[in-house]
Parts: sequence; structure tokens; C-alpha cells
Amino acid sequence: MKEADRLSESEAVLEHEHPKELKHHFDTVEQQAECSLLGMWAFLLTEVMFFAGMFGAYTVYRNLYPEAFASTSRFMSIALGGTNTAVLIFSSLTMALAVRSAQLGKKKSLILFLLFTLILGCVFLTIKYFEYHEKWVDHHIPGPSFHYDIPQYAHTVQILFFLYFAMTGMHALHMIVGAGLLITLMIMAARNKFSAAWYTPVEMIGLYWHFVDIVWIFLFPLLYLIGRR
Amino acid sequence: MTTHVVPVRNYVMVFLALMVLTGTTIAVSTIELGPWNFVVALTIAVIKALLVIMFFMHVKGAKPLTKLFVGAGFFWMAILIVFVLSDYFSRGWQPLVKWL
Repeated sequence: MKEADRLSESEAVLEHEHPKELKHHFDTVEQQAECSLLGMWAFLLTEVMFFAGMFGAYTVYRNLYPEAFASTSRFMSIALGGTNTAVLIFSSLTMALAVRSAQLGKKKSLILFLLFTLILGCVFLTIKYFEYHEKWVDHHIPGPSFHYDIPQYAHTVQILFFLYFAMTGMHALHMIVGAGLLITLMIMAARNKFSAAWYTPVEMIGLYWHFVDIVWIFLFPLLYLIGRR
Repeated sequence: MTTHVVPVRNYVMVFLALMVLTGTTIAVSTIELGPWNFVVALTIAVIKALLVIMFFMHVKGAKPLTKLFVGAGFFWMAILIVFVLSDYFSRGWQPLVKWL
């Protein structure tokens, strides 16, 4: 046997010894999983910085025009905002349970929990739609047709509504992306792509979903609750 | 993967804690506390975020490298917020000719 043939044969043997989900550039499955985890956190932390910039802008303007900002609190529905908070926290629970099902290799409950999470995400977006619609009807969308009952606050309140739409809009966009990711996961799970040995995408998208939940955890008190009295 | 499987009970407990905290923050917002309303609302939000990060995102029980990574990231965010705000709040403001 030639040297080259023997080499390729030994490589073939090596390939069979690898678990099928282990990529060649990693030594072990654990190393690969840890790499994915750190990579996902690096991405999420850029997202944290992105949203933190908007939260910073909000805080600066809030402190510049406290009375004008406080006067908008009667247009923020605590009932809708509070319901959405509960819906999103509940969806985080179902997502955590989906990851748990994946860890145990339970395909059916994984798909079911992903579906629950997706439905709750859609409920959130539907409620958000009704809130946006109300703002549209009240002429509270920044732009030429913006109207505010207290004329001396009209300009500064427009800044608040701009920040409101920028922050909740970016958050809603993340929810829409998350919904697409959940559907992808459900298809992958149905095609038996995951096992108790490998479920990295479920875990990573779970982290993403919880991150989106955390953004709302800060948006809710800042936009709906502060300055309510 | 080596991740430890957490009992369902733990997740449900975290969920209930988050719900109770949400109720608390709504209830407190109806009480007049002056500047403390902001402090209380933000403190509760930070506690809720920590619960999600620690238990739902499994940072509690994660490897030290992951913890360092996450901690460093949030420290970086703190730099962004603290430095921006200290700049805005510690300098005099010229009256603006136009609204901004």
C-alpha cells in the first residue's frame, strides 16, 4: 500500500470516531459548545450596547424635559404594557423549558414548547400593534401630522414619542426575527436535526429570546411606569 | 453537551418571582415617592434582568470564562451609560435657539 493511501485510510477512520456533530476544527464536543456559547454572548453584548445607546438617549432627554415627558404617561396603557410584560416573561419560561426538552432529547415537547413560545411572541406583537394603532389615531407619531394637547410641550413630547417608537420598534423587530428563528428551530427539530448530544441552535436562540425579554423588562418601567402619577 | 439539566420546578419558581416583581413595580408606580420612584422601578428591573440572566440564560453554573465574558460586557455597558450621563449632567447647558 502506498503512503498516501494509508494516510487517507487513517483519516477516514478518524472521521468515523468523531461524533457526527463535531466540526473538524474543534478537539471535543465540549470545546465546540463553549465556543458557540461565547460567540453568542459576544453577539448579545453588542446588542446590549446597541440598546444601551438608546436607553442613554432616553435618560438624557427625560432629564432635560421631565414635565413634558411625565405628561405623556396618561397615553401609555399600563394594562396593555403590563399584559405584554407578563406575556413576554411567560414566553421566556416556555423557551427555557424548550431548551430543557432539547437537553433531554425530547423531540415532541421541544416542538410544543417552541410553538408555545412562538404563539406568545405573536400575542405580544398583536398587543403592540393595537398600541401603535392608538398612537396613530391620536396623531402621536412624530412627523408633520403630530399633534399634542399641551402646545408648549408639543416639540419635546415629539422627542419622547420618537424614542418610544425607536426603542419599542427595534424591540418588536427583534421579536419578529426571533419568531422566524423559532419557526426555523421547529422545522429543524421536526427533521430530527437535534439530539440530547447536540442542540446548540436551540440553546443559542434561547439566549437570544431571553435577551429580548430583558430589553422589555427595562422598557416597561421606563416608558410606562415612571412619571405615572 | 455537558450542560446540567435544571428541574422544571426551578424555572417555574423564577417565572413566579418575575411575575411578582412585575406586579410590585406596577403597584409601587402608583405611590408618590418623588425621585425614589425611578430608583425603585430601576432596581426591580435590574433584579428581574439578573434572574433571567442567571437562571434562564444559565450564567449561574456556567464556566468561569463565560461569566467573565458576560460580566465584562455589562461592565462595558456601564461605562457607556455612566460616562455619557456624567457628561450631560455635569456640564452647563447653553439655551437652545431652536428646539432639539
